[in-house]
Parts: sequence; C-alpha cells; structure tokens
Amino acid sequence: MIGILVSVINGLLLGSIYGLAAIGLTLIFGVMKVINLAHGAMIALGMFALYFLATSGGMNPYLALPLVAIGGFVGGVAVYWIGVHRVIGRAELMSLLATFAVSMIIIGLGTALWSTSPYNVQINIPGVAIGNYTIPGNHLVAAVIAILIAAALYLFLFYTRLGKAIRAVASNRQAAELMGIPSTRVLAIAFGIGIGIAAVAGALIATLFPFTILSGGGYELKSFVVTVLGGLGNPAGALLGGLLLGFIEGVVSPFVDVSWTPVIEFSLFVVILIAFPMGLFRVGRGK
Amino acid sequence: MLKKPFFWIMVATVIAFVVMPIFGGIGVRESLFLAAVYMILALNLNLMIGYTGYVNFGSIVFFGLGGTLGIYAITVMGWPLWAALIGAAVVVALLALLLGLGILRLRGAYFALATIGVVEATKSFVSNFDPFGGSTGMYISFSSYKPLGGPREALWIVYFLVIAVLAASLLLGYMIKRSRFGLGLFAIREDEDAAMVLGVKAPLFKAIIYSVSSILPAMAGVLFFFKNGVIQPDQAFELTLSIEAIVMLMLGGQGTVFGAALGGFAYEQFRGYLLTSATFSNFHLVIAGALLLLIVLFAPGGLTGWLHERWSLTRRVLE
Repeated sequence: MIGILVSVINGLLLGSIYGLAAIGLTLIFGVMKVINLAHGAMIALGMFALYFLATSGGMNPYLALPLVAIGGFVGGVAVYWIGVHRVIGRAELMSLLATFAVSMIIIGLGTALWSTSPYNVQINIPGVAIGNYTIPGNHLVAAVIAILIAAALYLFLFYTRLGKAIRAVASNRQAAELMGIPSTRVLAIAFGIGIGIAAVAGALIATLFPFTILSGGGYELKSFVVTVLGGLGNPAGALLGGLLLGFIEGVVSPFVDVSWTPVIEFSLFVVILIAFPMGLFRVGRGK
Repeated sequence: MLKKPFFWIMVATVIAFVVMPIFGGIGVRESLFLAAVYMILALNLNLMIGYTGYVNFGSIVFFGLGGTLGIYAITVMGWPLWAALIGAAVVVALLALLLGLGILRLRGAYFALATIGVVEATKSFVSNFDPFGGSTGMYISFSSYKPLGGPREALWIVYFLVIAVLAASLLLGYMIKRSRFGLGLFAIREDEDAAMVLGVKAPLFKAIIYSVSSILPAMAGVLFFFKNGVIQPDQAFELTLSIEAIVMLMLGGQGTVFGAALGGFAYEQFRGYLLTSATFSNFHLVIAGALLLLIVLFAPGGLTGWLHERWSLTRRVLE
C-alpha cells in the first residue's frame, strides 16, 4: 500500500514538471495559434545549457536556472523573428513546418556537436524516507521550483501590464492593436517566454535524469498529451493536466510494465482529443 | 484520359523506372527503390494534405503497420508475398476507415496533434505486443525468399512490385483529381462548412480519402521491410519519416500529382547527396531543416508553384 502511495507521490512530483513544460507549449498556442514543434528541441537545449553552466561554469545547478531562462527567452525571441513571424496567420501547415524546421536545425547541430551519448548533472540532496521507500530530494526540489515558476507566470499574466497585454492579444489581436498594444512585439515576447519556460523545464529534468540531445522529443510528446488534457491554450489547465498525467503514471506503474505506459498515455490522448477537444477542465467543442 | 499529355508523362516516368536499373545495374536500382518508396509516401499524403487540406502528421503509421502485418503474415503464418500484400492493405484500410471516422471530426491543429498521437500509440503498442516480436521486431528467414526463386531474384521482383505500387499511386492521384469525388475534396479544402451546405458529405468523404490514402503506403511498407529482411517498431513508425514526407510534398508543391512525385524523387537524391558527401554528412539534418524553412517562408508553392509562376504552359500540362 505504501508502495503505491510513494509511486503516486513520485508521479505527482514528475507531473508538476511535465505541467511546467506544457505551459511553455500552451502559452505559445494560446497567444498565436502556433503549435511549436521545436518545443522538444528547446527542452533539450535547456538540459545542455544547465549541464555546461554546472560543469564547465562550476555553478550550483539551481542558481544556474535563471540564466537558462534568460537564454531561453533571448533564443525564443530570435526564433520568433527568424522562423515564426512570417507564418503567423497562415495555414497551420506552414507554422507546423516552420517550427519543425527549426527543430531539425537544432537537433542536427546538437547531434553533430555533442553526439547522442548521455550526459548527467550530479546533484546530492538527501531524500525523504517513507517506510522502506525514499523520495529523492532532487525530485522534491524540482517540483517545488516548477510550481513556483508556474505561480509566478500566473501572477505575471494577470497582474502586470505586459501580462495583460499578452492576454489581450491572445483573445483578440485586432482589438488589442486598436487599444494601442504593439501586438507584434507582444507576440515575440510571448514566444520568448514560452521558450524560456520550456528551457527551464528541460533544465529541471536534467537535474533528475541523464539526457541526450534527443531526450526532448519524449517530453514534447508528453507536453502534447498534457496540453490536450488541460485544453490547448490554457496555462492553468496545463499544470493540472501535468499533475494528472503524473498521477496516472504513478498509479499505473506498480501494476503494469513501464513499457506499456506510453500505450495508455497516447490512447488516452487520442480519445480525449476526440471526445473533449477543449480539454477536461473546460466544456465545448474544438474547431 | 489517353488524350491528356500528363497521362503520358506518368507512363514515361514508370517506364523510365523499369528500364533504368536494367541497364544501370544494382546501384541504380537501390537508389531508385528508395526514391520510389518516398514518391509513394508523398503521393498518397498529397491526397490528404494537398487535396483535402487536412495535415496528416502521422502518415507513416500506414507504412509501418502495413509492414508489421505483412511481415507477420509472411514469417509467422507462412503466407506468400502477394497474399501478405493484399491482406495487410485490406486490414490497414479498414482500420484507417474506422479511425478516420473518429479523428476526422477534429479540424486544423487538433487533427494534426491527433495523428501524432496515433503514431505514438501504435508504435508503443507494437513494441509491447509479443506476437509482433516486441521491441526487437521480426526477422525474415532465408527460406521466405525461396518461393520467389532465391534472394537475388526476390530483390528484383520486389523492386518491380514497388514500381507497380508507384504507378498505382500516380494513377490514383490523377484519377481522384479528375473525379467528382476529387471536386468534393477540393471543396472541403477551400471551405468545409460551405461544402457541406452545398451537399458534399464531408465526414464520409474525409474518412474515405483517409482510408484510401493508407492502402498503397501499407503495400509499400510490406515490400520495403520484406526487402530489408528485418522490421523493428522504432524504424517502422519513425515520426521523422512522416514529417520528411511532408517536406517532400512541400518541396515539389502540394496539391499536384507532379509536385508530389517530383518532391519525393528530388528529396531522395538530395538526402543521398548530403549523406554521402564528406562535408555535409554530419549536418544533413541541419541543411534539410534550413531548406524546409526557406521553402515555407519564401516559396510555399514548392517547385511546381515556381514553375507555374514562370510559364503558363506548365499550368495546363502538369496536374
């Protein structure tokens, strides 16, 4: 019984990080209706940024997180101007392909520079013992940081001028423009924030597991599942969706072989997409 | 149809594919084999993306599932190749029809996401399903090539069968484009709600074209992995190849049979060049990505669109 409880707690801790990664994806979709297929590549870049800051730079991994976020933001704004700006408002295929092209370029460069062998960031934090089981300390710290970042983003979106401008552009770009909001600049900033969050999520994952340049792909798919659970374009829903996915993984893992988890996850994903295209936490039909 | 110049262009293409390896030898045959498989994928994907306007990110699932079922039929159940081809195609088409009735209720980005989910769900299912060999996949024993007269002859037969599937793909794309059914699909692409008001049965049309676009890739999958000698889930359901198929379509020009075929062929040549060249082999993904970005940003019509802009004659000849 305690085994299942610990497994669920571990699942929820991981789920909060899935949620954070998905917030980056869903924020971008909500504001500019672009599904960012470079999301996984950005998560992977976040992992490597943390690795180099922590090993070559000799920094404490957690103190390096703000630098990763800033790097992600700057990189995101650059990607917006290079690849995304021209496809906003065109057919979905174009924005999907443009962001996928960016992903190919990043993965290609990453593979050539760092190969596909695994990297690892060393962290020693004492865990919390429950009975015979231990919950690793780095998982606890990462989950707390992920939730703090999500809360900070919420405060930013609802209580600052820039945050309100982002939400205004998301709900109606033309009206926002008429109110004097420079919508193009807001889109670039929102894209940068989305990528910054993805990079930090990647950095947090790097403190938990070994990773390669291709690791981002798996988390990108998980982000899709989470986003669909929470409703595309809904950041609060994304965090809940992440926790739900982590919960499902935690409940399922003591009973079935780990390799079956993706089957369950992706079947659930397709079914929920068909039955509830606006997510579990909102009512309505997708168009 | 016999009076249309484009029909004869298709005939000439197929003849070229048959004749070239006979004179050029095995090296030419291997390159053309891969090119033909790519062209089949692009041509059938064109039915969804180019004609109907639905972005199928997971078209590779037809190829992979067809291959898995076909190889299972050959190795475990001992079926001959032709029966495995037909059996795999029928099963995949039926599954696609059922699945299509469900996921085609979604539009735009939601549909694209669902197709990615379908690939990942199928891949993880096949990797865990022991009759299909789990994650290590299935191997084809030497004796499976015997009925075709030994491995050497089997490779030639498989090559000509792939060319037959390619010919069928060209003809299918052309005939659908010229048909009333095709007009319905174009109407859905332009404005689905308006098409439904005008009496196009959009949900049925979409499910049918989704299913039709799965048949020939499933056959190509059986032939590809039969020739390969081994099938592994990671290789059979590779999402990257799915997206490469979209790149081919964009490169050649979506919505035209000529563009899809040209894109598949050109992409294979380009990829082969990058992989073998000493300077670029490490960076082939980077260059392919940059090429894709340039096409999307500056030439969304692809090569065919560029030709159409320069000469009005091509507009009438190339379908």
